[in-house]
Amino acid sequence: MVKLNKPNFPIKLKKIFQFYLEGFKNMRVGKTLWGIIAIKFFLFFFIMKILFFPNFLKENFDNDTQRANHILNELTTNLTKESK
Amino acid sequence: MEDALLIDWSRAQFALTAMYHWLFVPLTLGLSFIIAIMETIYVKTGNVVWKEITKFWMTLFAINFAIGLATGIIMEFEFGTNWSNYSWIVGDIFGAPLAIEGIMAFFMESTFFAVMFFGWDKVSKKMHLLSTWLVAIGSNLSALWILVANGWMQHPVGMEFNVDTVRFEMANFWDVLFNPNAYSKFLHTIGSGYVMGSLFVVGISAWYLLKGKDVVKAKKSIVVGATFGLITSIFLIVSGDESAHEVALHQPTKLAAMEGLYDGHGRAGIVAIGQLNSEKQIGDKSEEFVWSLEVPYALSFLGFHDMEAFVPGINDLVYGNEAEGIESAKRKIEKGKVAIEALKSYKEAKKSNDEARAQTALATFRANEQYFGYGYLNDEKEIIPPVALTFYSFHIMVGLGSWFLILFFLILYLAMVNKLDGKKMLLRLALFSIPLGYIAGETGWIVAEVGRQPWAIQDMLPVGMATSNVSVMAVQTTFWLFAIIFTGLLIAEIKIILTQIKNGMEAH
Repeated sequence: MVKLNKPNFPIKLKKIFQFYLEGFKNMRVGKTLWGIIAIKFFLFFFIMKILFFPNFLKENFDNDTQRANHILNELTTNLTKESK
Repeated sequence: MEDALLIDWSRAQFALTAMYHWLFVPLTLGLSFIIAIMETIYVKTGNVVWKEITKFWMTLFAINFAIGLATGIIMEFEFGTNWSNYSWIVGDIFGAPLAIEGIMAFFMESTFFAVMFFGWDKVSKKMHLLSTWLVAIGSNLSALWILVANGWMQHPVGMEFNVDTVRFEMANFWDVLFNPNAYSKFLHTIGSGYVMGSLFVVGISAWYLLKGKDVVKAKKSIVVGATFGLITSIFLIVSGDESAHEVALHQPTKLAAMEGLYDGHGRAGIVAIGQLNSEKQIGDKSEEFVWSLEVPYALSFLGFHDMEAFVPGINDLVYGNEAEGIESAKRKIEKGKVAIEALKSYKEAKKSNDEARAQTALATFRANEQYFGYGYLNDEKEIIPPVALTFYSFHIMVGLGSWFLILFFLILYLAMVNKLDGKKMLLRLALFSIPLGYIAGETGWIVAEVGRQPWAIQDMLPVGMATSNVSVMAVQTTFWLFAIIFTGLLIAEIKIILTQIKNGMEAH
């Protein structure tokens, strides 16, 4: 039977939290880098992904059967695309 | 015309994002190991100079990592939007490796990165060192999963095409993981990252020596960088040989383009250096090269490990060569069209609940399945990738790789005999070799990806059939948006890194 050492658990969590907190506080060039990461994530996930990169199959079809039928249709009827 | 334009812009966009992403990745792969080696020396010797050296290179590593972080995610966006046919078809094969990569990267980065950067003096030396090594190993393992997926596209194994779900489904995970194309590509790719990391350390250390700044630390760094670079350059040559062998076995059109070989023959030599005849057309009798210098027998030997082996040229692959048992592209296209017709017939039979007809159609499809992708080609010459781009990229990559080996050897030798100080020309060459490392890496990717055209999945799905029905304007717009964002990120990286270097190794 596994024994959980309950009193230690919150202390360990607190220590981990403090480890990260102090690490972030003491950063120098890291602050600039986190700023860049934040801007980049905002651009990628909120601007680019939402406005410019909808998932074509998820947006246009309701379920996997419809999606599979669409692809099958593409592969068997839409043969005019130039490959090069 | 509209279709062709859409395909070209989708291709250009993917190439742009992949090549920008590849500007950041190799340094992460290589520098992570060099840092781990430096920290190991610190822990073993207890010399605090090595700790300071490790911290300096760790800062540059962090900058490169942070700027490059998530640049690869853009390609996943593109898969869903521009390449939906492809994404659906490969979903099952790609899903597992990419999911493992994502989960692993998250846990590695949030745990061991934190210990590596925040844990100095807070955890034991050994625990810190372990974290540094785990970051290096984890970063490289992330590359494994991506390259397993890429290797599968170059040589699809361990899968079955399900005609009902219209997807490739994994039949054997181990076949996919141990696909010879995947692991040779993985080893060669991470090898190029190690060489890039070494060039970076050697080049920047050379700058410090030229400036007479942080000389002791620069000399120590240069010894580690050049040693790692020399060993990994040899590893790069060996893994490159294995990778080329895989290309010879499974992607003969790529090999023919890499060597500008039109008429195949036994005892084929490798063109060490040469200028392609730009007037040369497939099937004509004009010379392949304006001038060239060839190493006899080398292509037969390196490609097939047999000096007598016949190496097929572009004409053999397009028009066939009965004597060598090579089927013509025209015949493959015919069989591919039979496969497509059979798939269409299967679909219609299923719709009308005609099980007998469906089974007959399925049997015809299975008999011609390996030619499926050829059925979408309109002309037999379409099986040949752009020859000039593939040829020159390959030769630039090999030439630069050879230069790096010589550079590391010279630098290491002179450093060991303590005669590096006065060698200003060599130190300048080391500094200017940093961008050459990036050029070598990018040309490598051009060989791998342009060289496998017209295929998204070798022999199974041409790029033209992999795209979504989206507007050309949308792809053009996002192409330029990415070009601006990525260029901005690159400028930011260079600026921040240069500032850190100018601050000197003491400031970390």
